[in-house]
Amino acid sequence: MSRRLVSLLGTLLLGASGCVLAAGPDLGHVEKQPVNVTAIILFVGFVAVTLWITKWAAARTRSAADFYTAGGGITGFQNGLAIAGDYMSAASFLGITAAVMTGGFDGLIYSIGFLVGWPVVTFLLAERLRNLGKFTFADVAGYRFQPGPIRAFAASGTLVVVAFYLIAQMVGAGSLIKLLFGLDYWIAVVLVGALMMIYVLFGGMTATTWVQIIKACLLLTGVTFMAIMVMAKFNFSPEALFAEGVRVKSQLALAAGKSQEEATKAGLAVMRPGGFVKDPISAISFGMALMFGTAGLPHILMRFFTVPDAKQARKSVFWATTWIGYFYILIFIIGFGAITLVLSDPAMLDAKGALKGGANMAAVLVAKHVGGDVFFGFISAVAFATILAVVAGLTLSGASAVSHDIYATLLKGNKADSASELRVSRITTVVLGIVAVVLGIAFEKQNIAFLVSLAFAVAASANFPVLLLSVLWKDCTTKGAVVGGFLGLISSVGLTVVSPAVWEAVLGNPKGSALFPYTSPALFSMTLAFLAIYIVSKLDNSDNAKAERAAFDAQELRAETGFGAEGPSGH
Amino acid sequence: MSDEILARIRANPKYQELKPRRSGFGTLLSILMLVVYYGFIALIAFNKEFLGTPLAAGVTTTIGIPMGMGVILFTVAITGIYVNRANKEFDSLTAEVLKEARK
Repeated sequence: MSRRLVSLLGTLLLGASGCVLAAGPDLGHVEKQPVNVTAIILFVGFVAVTLWITKWAAARTRSAADFYTAGGGITGFQNGLAIAGDYMSAASFLGITAAVMTGGFDGLIYSIGFLVGWPVVTFLLAERLRNLGKFTFADVAGYRFQPGPIRAFAASGTLVVVAFYLIAQMVGAGSLIKLLFGLDYWIAVVLVGALMMIYVLFGGMTATTWVQIIKACLLLTGVTFMAIMVMAKFNFSPEALFAEGVRVKSQLALAAGKSQEEATKAGLAVMRPGGFVKDPISAISFGMALMFGTAGLPHILMRFFTVPDAKQARKSVFWATTWIGYFYILIFIIGFGAITLVLSDPAMLDAKGALKGGANMAAVLVAKHVGGDVFFGFISAVAFATILAVVAGLTLSGASAVSHDIYATLLKGNKADSASELRVSRITTVVLGIVAVVLGIAFEKQNIAFLVSLAFAVAASANFPVLLLSVLWKDCTTKGAVVGGFLGLISSVGLTVVSPAVWEAVLGNPKGSALFPYTSPALFSMTLAFLAIYIVSKLDNSDNAKAERAAFDAQELRAETGFGAEGPSGH
Repeated sequence: MSDEILARIRANPKYQELKPRRSGFGTLLSILMLVVYYGFIALIAFNKEFLGTPLAAGVTTTIGIPMGMGVILFTVAITGIYVNRANKEFDSLTAEVLKEARK
């Protein structure tokens, strides 16, 4: 019985666990490809358009509110596309296609796990975030708490998540661009850093959002075209597509020296769940990190403040969920396209029967197959644009933590004028940009696969528990939130350091010496954070705690009705 | 002034009605989502054979494919259902509460 239970638990969050791939497969260790002229021309076109938008946005970015939240003037539909854009990262596009190509049905389970966190965000957080928030998630979490400690915590949580995520994106950018464009690694990293700084510095949230929207549209157009072309080869019959996928997989197994019976089985495996849970605890833990991490990622939360009201905030999650769901359905088709069109072509495979350039090339090779060199260039350019857009959003949320949470609220006691707050956030943007480029180059040869999952684990273990309990639980106090949040932050980072991914793979200790045997700490660190917040809050009988509990009613009233909520800045 | 409005909002029976109705609806849909998702995952855990059954004799497509796609569509649909009701019914109730409080 207990064995069945463990196996159930293991598979429960399996879908989400695979999503680490979605969040960021290891894009490192790729071979440099020949210079891709079409891709470079199309990318230059994208840059030209986005710079023009930045110029337009710069004229509208006058106050801190414009800089952080585009003055609250983004519509729900636009914001939904931008959120979807943040989610449809290059890693998700290339990584899930690769996962479907390799595992078929298992790839579908990955994407489902990635999607099911969104309704939770909608039902529990979206409108409350909008009604209580102003610029950063600390505005929401710290609504009734003492500003000093809660801001210090929120800024730490934000900067840690942003730093890990940013390094992972920069290293991914360098490798991907080496692969797709044939440019040197360092050129790619500097290019991404420089462009991202221009968008954020001059155009603030307005430019960052529009860059993300344009990219989301280009990516959705690209995958729609690819999926239609793949389906057209099979007369729009999914059955024919799947049957051919099974046939190709069997053929490959036969060619690899399997018996006829084994080959038939290997072919049919793409149509059913495989058994790839080795360690149920890791699977659960990863799943929690990804599901709840989504609700704790500062660059995603920040987007809820860019819309005028709660109605639009809800609309944004609806559109985001719609586009992300649409995207994953198409990716499943494209993954089968990769099996039938790319894996079936011996010229695309190396001596071992694996895809040339690595499995992550699956999506772009399908693009080449269905649309020729020009479309291949287009998809490569979109992949580059994707990284740029995500990196800009991350930097902006890091900058707002420093300028709004630390400088304006903590140091200046909310008395900083908009102009000086804006100046601090711009200085921070430059510093973050330079740090990201330097670390991106420094980490080139490092194994950074753990960084994205670490960012999700920290978001789920530190930011999410504090945010959720401060909004929904009356008895939560500053002490509880800060102690629990920091415990979640420290334990998730600490456990990751002594896990095999860092202790053995990065620090080079012998295999099996890692103190913490699982791949993700979230199951433990998130539980610890919730427990600590609960216990410390319950034990907290200070006058401050009483005042904070008394303030819950007013907070709830505003969260529920939007009375007194920040309006759009209006120009 | 603002405290007075807050007190009036709190005392309004419509606000008293709005809160449980909206949170009840949100909880109900959250449970539905969890049941559908974990039901699907439980099938993967305990009955892989079922998901691997062809839709009909001689057909390659298995039951798992439409079910998996169904979970994606359900996720989008349930979000849409909540947003639709919240943006119409709950928001107009909220607007009434605020309007009456400001009188």
